[in-house]
This record gives sequence, C-alpha cells and structure tokens, in this order.
Amino acid sequence: MLEGFMEALRLITSFDPYLMQIVFLSLRVSGGAILISTVLGVPLGAYLGMKPERKTRFVSKIIYTLMGLPPVVGGLIVFLILSRRGPLGVLGLLFSPAAMIIAQVFLSLPIVIGLTLLGIRSRGGDVAMAARTLGAGPLLTVWTVIKEARLSIFGAVVTGFGRVVAEVGAVMLVGGNIEGHTRVMTTAIVLETNKGNFGFAIGLGLILLTIFFVINSLLYTLQRGGEGHF
Amino acid sequence: MEGLTKRYSREVLNIKHLAFQRGNIYGIMGPSGAGKSTLLRILNLLEPPDSGVIYFDGRPLSDNGRERLIQQRRMTLVAQKPVLFQTSVFENAAFGLKARGYCKRDFRGKIELLLEQVGLRDLSRQHSATLSSGEAQRVALARAVAFEPDLLLLDEPTANLDPSNVEMIEQLILKLNRDRGITVVMVTHNIFQARRIAGQVVFLNEGRIVEMGETERVFTDPADPRTRAFVEGRMIY
Ligand SMILES: Nc1ncnc2c1ncn2[C@@H]1O[C@H](COP(=O)(O)OP(=O)(O)OP(=O)(O)O)[C@@H](O)[C@H]1O
Ligand SMILES: [Mg+2]
Repeated sequence: MLEGFMEALRLITSFDPYLMQIVFLSLRVSGGAILISTVLGVPLGAYLGMKPERKTRFVSKIIYTLMGLPPVVGGLIVFLILSRRGPLGVLGLLFSPAAMIIAQVFLSLPIVIGLTLLGIRSRGGDVAMAARTLGAGPLLTVWTVIKEARLSIFGAVVTGFGRVVAEVGAVMLVGGNIEGHTRVMTTAIVLETNKGNFGFAIGLGLILLTIFFVINSLLYTLQRGGEGHF
Repeated sequence: MEGLTKRYSREVLNIKHLAFQRGNIYGIMGPSGAGKSTLLRILNLLEPPDSGVIYFDGRPLSDNGRERLIQQRRMTLVAQKPVLFQTSVFENAAFGLKARGYCKRDFRGKIELLLEQVGLRDLSRQHSATLSSGEAQRVALARAVAFEPDLLLLDEPTANLDPSNVEMIEQLILKLNRDRGITVVMVTHNIFQARRIAGQVVFLNEGRIVEMGETERVFTDPADPRTRAFVEGRMIY
C-alpha cells in the first residue's frame, strides 16, 4: 500500500511518459467532448430556458433523464450506432478517440443543456424583458440573457467536464482501452489494478483527485461569489 | 390605441379607446390586478395584445421586425420590480446607448451627468447587486432615460422608497418632461403623487377604463362612483 503510494509519487514527479500520455489523452477527449457540448448545449439550454415552462415540460423531463444516464448505457448506445452494422458504421470510428468524444458528448451535453436551462429559467425572462425595454434587438437580448447567467453556465460546463473525465463505462466500450491510442485515466486504472500494478493506478487516481479538487474549488467559489462580483 | 383586449387565463384588459398626447404626464390608477402593468407592457411592445390596434405617432405599429424595433426604441418601460444587470451602475446606465450602437467614448460624460442628477455619482463603479432598493430604483430610471426616449412608461417608480428618494425621482421626471417634452405614463397608487405630477389621470378597474380626465377634476369631482369610492377612501387615510 505505502509502496504503491511511493511508486505513484515517483511516476508523477518523473513525468513518466506512459502515464503522461494517458493523462493528456484523457484531457483531450473529455476537453473535446465538453467543448462540443458547450457550443451546442449553451445556446440550446438558453433557448429552452427562455421559453415558458409549460411549453418545454416534456423536453425538460427527457433532458433531466439523460442527465442521469449511466455512462455504460450511453456508451452502449454510441457503440451500437458506430459499430460496423450500425447507422454510422461506415465511418469506421469505433475504438478511436473520436468515438470516445462522441460517447462523452452524449453524456455531458444533457448536463450542459439541463443546468444552463435551469440557470436561465430563474431570471432569464426578466432579464430579456429588461433588455428589450432598453432597445435591445433579438440577438443582443439573447446575448444579455446568456451573459447574466454566466455563473450557472460556467458551473454547468465544469460539472459536465467532471462527469465525463471520471466515467469509465462509455470510454471502455467505444474506445476499447487500446494502449497508446484510446487508453485514458479511468480505463488505465481498471487495467493496472487488475494487473496488480498498484503504483500506476494510485498515481492516476491522485491526478484524477487533483482534477476534482480544482473543479470543486471552482464550483465552490462560484456558489459563494454568485451574489457578488465576477 | 383602439379596441384593445388581452387575455391570460381570463380577460385582463378591455380598452375601447385610449390616447396619450405628446408632452403630457399621465397617471394610471386603479386597484391591484386591474391590468395596469399589463397595459404598460403592451404599450412597450413587450407583449402583443390579443386584438386591437396600437397607433404610435398616428400610425399603426409596423409588422416589420426592424421598423418595429425602431419604434420600440423610442419608448421605454421601468418595471415594477426593475431587474438590473449584474455589472456596475455605469454599465447598467449605458446599456441602452450601447444597444443603439453608440460607443463609450461618446456617452461617458452624458452618463456621468445623469448619474449625478439622480444622486448616484459616487456609485458609478459599484456592482448593482450591492445597491439598496432606492439606489437600484434610481439606476433603473437613469438607465431608461439615458437614451432620451420620447415616451417613458413607469410602473410604480417610487413604491417602497423613502421621501427623499421619491422627491428625487419626481423631480427628474418633471425635469425631463419640461426640458425635453418627454411623454410620461406612470402607474401610481399614490393620489398625492398623481396630483403632484400628473396632468391627467386614467382610472382602470378590471381591465376597463372607468374614468379619464384632468387630475384635479377627477379628484375633486369624480364622475364614476367607483372612482369616487377610491378617491374618498384614500383621502381619509
Ligand atoms: N403573465 C401572466 N399570466 C397570467 N396572468 C397574468 C399575467 N400577468 C398578469 N396576469 C394577471 O392579469 C391581471 C392584471 O395584472 P397586472 O399586473 O396588470 O395588474 P396591476 O394593475 O399592475 O396590479 P398591481 O397594482 O398589483 O401591480 C392580474 O389578475 C394578474 O394575475
Ligand atoms: Mg402592476
């Protein structure tokens, strides 16, 4: 146990190439997924959040359900779509980083949409009205609403990133955990633990924990500072 | 406006005819739920009426989005519960001018002067979330008049304010009306306030106009029994 811990610290401080490669792939995949989710999810969430609640009730329920989708199930769906016989099989994306990004978009997009929607619904209508009384056209109105909800939106993005960077099921299914190609932090932890390679697994665990500490610090600051300046 | 109606779950407005003359100050009065705020929102083109026509400058409102925005930009509404943007007082006051494409260099002095007039000069950099309610109300008014609208719609601009704030806001309204000929339509529950600044009053009850006329005449000799009850009821307290 202690031995594993020492080994982990050695790997991290020596920037072990195998370890670093995995960490960077993880960040690239989850970062790419959250980028796509943000670009698609924030405008969509803003649009839904500005519509009257009763008109979006059904869509909202679907989004909330997808927010809690177990990663393996999301991975399974993307797997079926991308597999050789699936509708997008011709693209040959399965077991590639692109497939993992698609699967993680599937998991993080509902979170970004859902949390943006909630953040905008609370104040969006009033903000839009205020902007319009002051002569804002449609574009500036939407932009103002999004800007006013920036704290919630930032929180939505950070939460979404936290979810995908930590999930194993989906990336394992559609990525295949191929060394040097689709092996990310979580799948590497599973593998190395099974091999008895605890030092390596603990090292990755520590890095993941650090990432989560940063994410939660951000969220904590956001919630505390939400009332004041930003 | 002609033959205007508005329904939510029930009919909340039914106005056969209502005209505001340029350069006057109107007080809109009536019990809670009479439809006063709804009327202002419709006048500001924030919500469409279910039927009826609104004329602005003698012409019906345009169906064309761009032209309508131009018409909408000549008026403004200060809501009953103003929503300030989460930024500085200065940026709040500058919003309307920015929306019209002016650049900061050109309006900085103008905004500062305006903030001084409403006693907010020293708060220019302060974040809106930290303002008292009286200060917030004054920011909302300053923000609305910064771009010199022709028609100013005010929804209870001085409710819940202390006398010095009331005085400051009333003075600004009167000054804008006097100097720039700005037309003001103001919802108020306060008869004394209506008498102080409104030349004309409109009484609204259950979405209908009960009485309209010169302020003094309506208060001293109301034609409608409901207005009379309202006026006399208030005078006792
Ligand atoms: N968006 C809405 N949806 C449904 N009903 C509404 C809506 N807005 C207003 N109403 C209803 O319309 C009626 C008139 O509301 P309005 O806010 O215009 O009254 P008001 O005269 O301004 O009252 P107050 O003096 O209390 O501000 C009320 O019965 C209100 O419940
Ligand atoms: Mg009202």
